[in-house]
Amino acid sequence: MGVARYIKNEKDEIQDVVLQSGIHIKPLYTEKDLEEIGFDPVRDLAPPGEYPFTRGIHPLGYRSREWTTRQYTGFGTPKETNERFKLMISHGQTGLNVAFDLPTQMGLDSDDPLAEGEVGRVGMAVDSLRDFEVAFQGIPLDRIGAGLTINAVASIMLAMFQATAEKYGFRKDRVSATPQNDILKEMIGRGAWIFPAKPAVRLIGDTIEYSMKELPRTNPVSVCGYHIRESGCSPVQEIAYAFQIANTYIEEVLRRGHAIDDFVRGFTFNLNVFGNLWEQVAKFRAARKLWAKNLKERYGAKDHRSLLLRGLFGGGGYGMTKAQPENNIIRGAYYALAAALGGAQTAALCSFDEAYTIPTPRAALLSLRTFQILMEEIGLRDTVDPLAGSYFIETLTKEMEEKIIEEMKRVDEMGGMIKAVETGYVQKEVARQAYEFEKGVQMGELIKVGVNKYTEGEEMEVELHEYRLESAEEQVQRLREVKRERDNRKVVQFLKDLQSAAKAEKNIMPYLLECCKAYATVGEMTKVFKEVYGEFKEPSIF
Amino acid sequence: MEKKIRILVAKPGLDGHDRGAKVVAQALRDAGMEVIYTGLHQTIDQITHTAIQEGVNVIGLSIMSGAHLPICEKLMKEMKKKKIDDIMVVVGGVIPKRDILKLQKMGIEGIFPGGTPFDQSIRWIKENLKKRM
Repeated sequence: MGVARYIKNEKDEIQDVVLQSGIHIKPLYTEKDLEEIGFDPVRDLAPPGEYPFTRGIHPLGYRSREWTTRQYTGFGTPKETNERFKLMISHGQTGLNVAFDLPTQMGLDSDDPLAEGEVGRVGMAVDSLRDFEVAFQGIPLDRIGAGLTINAVASIMLAMFQATAEKYGFRKDRVSATPQNDILKEMIGRGAWIFPAKPAVRLIGDTIEYSMKELPRTNPVSVCGYHIRESGCSPVQEIAYAFQIANTYIEEVLRRGHAIDDFVRGFTFNLNVFGNLWEQVAKFRAARKLWAKNLKERYGAKDHRSLLLRGLFGGGGYGMTKAQPENNIIRGAYYALAAALGGAQTAALCSFDEAYTIPTPRAALLSLRTFQILMEEIGLRDTVDPLAGSYFIETLTKEMEEKIIEEMKRVDEMGGMIKAVETGYVQKEVARQAYEFEKGVQMGELIKVGVNKYTEGEEMEVELHEYRLESAEEQVQRLREVKRERDNRKVVQFLKDLQSAAKAEKNIMPYLLECCKAYATVGEMTKVFKEVYGEFKEPSIF
Repeated sequence: MEKKIRILVAKPGLDGHDRGAKVVAQALRDAGMEVIYTGLHQTIDQITHTAIQEGVNVIGLSIMSGAHLPICEKLMKEMKKKKIDDIMVVVGGVIPKRDILKLQKMGIEGIFPGGTPFDQSIRWIKENLKKRM
């Protein structure tokens, strides 16, 4: 819900406002507040594009370049998904973010018994390179970057993406993929994990290491505070946990002997936008400053590009409601505003039918129009970091910063993020807060328009995206075809090579590339990893 | 003293969204029930096996991916096979209105789509279990 808690008297006058982060908001902020927090415009602000980047990572912000829009898109067969990609692009979307179905995310082929009922349901089904070829047919991969929302098998999807780009004649150093590739957040709040934490983090290390040389325009990770917030943490924890997760991946690559400035500039973030507007804006500004500090002080990064927090600020699923779904269009507009005021590089919105199912074309296009109106009409391109210098926003930014540092320390004291996840600490904390928030809504202490206030009115009929069972059948047919037509001896050999490489802890990416090119399936490659790495055992938190 | 209601909160299939399941589990526990939470990625076989082992009065499924119809069909079939189809089954999650009747026809007694107030579902479970006795 993300809304602040409002303490009111009998006359409906607000006595106190408590943000989800625990910060209290005063009725009035003045220059005295800036004095009190020791605000120093040079140390705390600096111009955009200069350390510590509070105001933004580029000197001209949206004046020089609009943000990239990437609606989360994918369903059914690769052909259906390809059509939706083209629809969105033809309406002005500037990037892609691919949604994969659950079997694909879990490393299962479409004909696996465990995949029954899920093929193509929440995203596109992918079994082999053939599916990627269809999905990206006719997409100018040298101009349009492709986010790949894939985690446990991100290494496989990245190899498949490279194979596809090369097949279509694009140079691997010209294409840009952003696999989400963030397994620790899966273990906290998204649930699409397969292997245990340590080997899973090693796989992430492999993709980062590989991308440095082979796919220089690729952003090998998109570290997600987003889903942890969706699961119930506060905005402060969202940043603290995301940064500690990123630090874990950084340390995996440093462990291999690489220099920080050789790879960290490829890191991106995926952060949430629902809830109180001021809290989100202050969060983004504080995050930019702290990320730069984190890289400079903790890791000694020197290259300018290493210090930049590049982010997709979007969502925010949890803010959307089932009741009065048209309200979600309005919410989307305000969330987009928060993202713009926060200086996002990329934006994406949950569509108004979010609480029901994946979006219809109409809902998805409305989200796109929301961004276009914001940028073209409302003035969000006009100037960089327009709220800078505000007594309120600078005070709030500083307070967010202090709380984030505190929370990051807590994780350090626990021995780092892997430990925090394996013991279930973070999951417990997140689940506890989720329960508190839900109780708050049910008791009317946290207001949600249409849900517990202003609930009058008729229930609206929502046109819904329909899941086609036939797409599952078509997908299985194609999988069988691929298996018949490929050189099965090659596949067997390459899978064996993959297994040896995985066992020897070599970088598995070149081996995955060979497997993908030979049309090995996602399930076959994942099976190799399962045999070598085992499976993650969820800590019990009840 | 009244015996505590034992309820299994299960996450069947591949869906990894467990916020709702964990929130409901905490509410049920605070309401005095004995809650067993299965964790993610449970097969129907695992769920029914755990239900038998734990001697539960209620099996609760949490499904957010939209696959509730095929999953529930499978569960009811397996429960019949294992001769435990007398255990009450309730379902929560992303359940569109138009599927509620279909689920009831399968033998799913309590359907609590996301947003159902805790006291509503808790009261329903307590009353309907009483009716059976």
